[in-house]
Amino acid sequence: MKILLGILMMLVLVVFTGGRGREDGARRILSKDTMGWPASFGFGRTAAAREIEVLDISVRPDGKGLPAGSGTAGAGRGIYLIKCAACHGKTGVEGPFMRLMGAMDDTTKAKTIGNYWPYATTLFDYTRRAMPYGAPGSLSADEVYSLTAYLLYANKIIDSTVVMDARSLPAVVMPAKKYYVPDDRRGGREVK
Amino acid sequence: MEDKKKISRRKLLSGAAATATIALIRTVSGQTIHAAVGAKTEKTPAVSLPGDPTKKPGPGPGVLGKRSLFEHPVKKPSDISSRSPLQDMYGMMTPSDLHFERHHAGVPLIDPAKYELMIHGMVDRPMVFTLNDLRRFPAVSRICFIECSGNFRTGKETMTPQDICGLTSQSEWTGVMLSTLLREVGVHPKASWFLAEGGDAAVMTRSIPLYKGWDDIMIAYGQNGEAIRPEQGYPARLLVPGWEGNVSVKWIRRIEVSDQPFMTREETSKYTEPIKDGKIRQFSFEMDARSIITFPAYPVQLEKGWVEIRGIAWSGRGKIRKVEVSTDAGKNWYPAKLQEPVLDKAHTCFRLLWLWNGDETEILSRAVDETDYVQPSLEQLVAARGQDMGGYHLNPVTAWRIRRDGQVLFKPENWK
Repeated sequence: MKILLGILMMLVLVVFTGGRGREDGARRILSKDTMGWPASFGFGRTAAAREIEVLDISVRPDGKGLPAGSGTAGAGRGIYLIKCAACHGKTGVEGPFMRLMGAMDDTTKAKTIGNYWPYATTLFDYTRRAMPYGAPGSLSADEVYSLTAYLLYANKIIDSTVVMDARSLPAVVMPAKKYYVPDDRRGGREVK
Repeated sequence: MEDKKKISRRKLLSGAAATATIALIRTVSGQTIHAAVGAKTEKTPAVSLPGDPTKKPGPGPGVLGKRSLFEHPVKKPSDISSRSPLQDMYGMMTPSDLHFERHHAGVPLIDPAKYELMIHGMVDRPMVFTLNDLRRFPAVSRICFIECSGNFRTGKETMTPQDICGLTSQSEWTGVMLSTLLREVGVHPKASWFLAEGGDAAVMTRSIPLYKGWDDIMIAYGQNGEAIRPEQGYPARLLVPGWEGNVSVKWIRRIEVSDQPFMTREETSKYTEPIKDGKIRQFSFEMDARSIITFPAYPVQLEKGWVEIRGIAWSGRGKIRKVEVSTDAGKNWYPAKLQEPVLDKAHTCFRLLWLWNGDETEILSRAVDETDYVQPSLEQLVAARGQDMGGYHLNPVTAWRIRRDGQVLFKPENWK
């Protein structure tokens, strides 16, 4: 009887935790800490579509989040010289901060857009949210597309005439992407 | 720095000039004493003290406590980070003003009355929470470390524990579990990641697997009994126990639930590490177990006789199971005493009593965690990751050399 009861309880546990509590936390938390909690506390308010739109500036590798607008390397070079060169150097190599240019065949040991960045969309996302350092968030969508095009061109990834926009940018294949592997450290005796 | 001659006693007492670790204090009898010894920083100016504290009443009760005039632990800043003075601390907790700093566009000044956290994306009901809303939810507190994954420096003998390993700190954090908020907004069954975004001038973002959000991630607004310090994310931050510090996004303003990672700049071009065969390891979240001896360490001058070797050990994968210490350059290892409480994903203090006979030697420590992971040597790390391994998640056993004259020096090991 005791054994049967034990098996039954284990079954209940498995069902409750979905068999792998790590993945299905929603159910696990229900079974653990939230006994006696209301379905909702009623704190906070619903976010309006408009305020989400204002705050959500994220761009995903599949292009979700890219705004309307476009740009080319030619226009980007002009913006780069005015707004970026003071920190990254006239040719994106000499700094003083963060070397940007360096194609795969370059001998530099520095991590550059050309030899290290796995996604082109990240360039747009990061430049728009955080650059230029002294005036983050000040660039228009067209300016960011142009700068992205210039940086990709200067790293020998696209031609000078290619127009970057919400459709073309996610299609750019970055040379370093094939080297990326997910973390496989799991603890235990093995050093990884 | 200010002109030292112009620093008044009052200013010094208020802590404005408290940047030194060796304070030369002149007593009324004209005697000069070394008041505090710690990391190398500047000297404070000499001040006059009353000779006998039992002969004159001291100042009355105040509104805010301050450190002893004799104590001057300080962080060590660079352009991008500021390191905790591990060698100057007692016990497992880091005083909030000594918690290490790492930020990507400075410390923002955020008005708590205007603060909002938005949660949207693959949720049933996108929501906005004010700071007051967050504080109304059931609260939790936990003690854990936060460590930057770039926390290792080597290269010269005259390095302190702060120089080598100062990008780790420990606090008691208080806040609301992220799972509580996820329950409130209702998460789409196909969601698997979320984006955390900070409200600083870097508007810094990281993608985090959703399972960790259901497990032990917290939106923290309290640190060591008070509101979080601005450098630590005031008024609210993400706290991701045991994972590389960068994902514990400070000044958190937005969480977007998704079915894939966003591949942000920090998780692609920055917090990733080259390993063997030209591969680049990504989403290396968990902090491997490690330890460091904080006493005796450079610049301590050791005296012959009994020495209590002290240090801290921690693991991002759970509790520390044991710490072993060697006093003969790694030939023999002895189990150190672990100071209770030994907590999950937390700095754990260890100690080993040792009789130093004055011979030249090396002392080392290595941590073992709940998963049986043993803190590796630098050699083992190079063997596993290759000669070109990157600078993140380096947790090698480190050694202190003790010379015959009692001088303690770091033993730098290079691999490139």
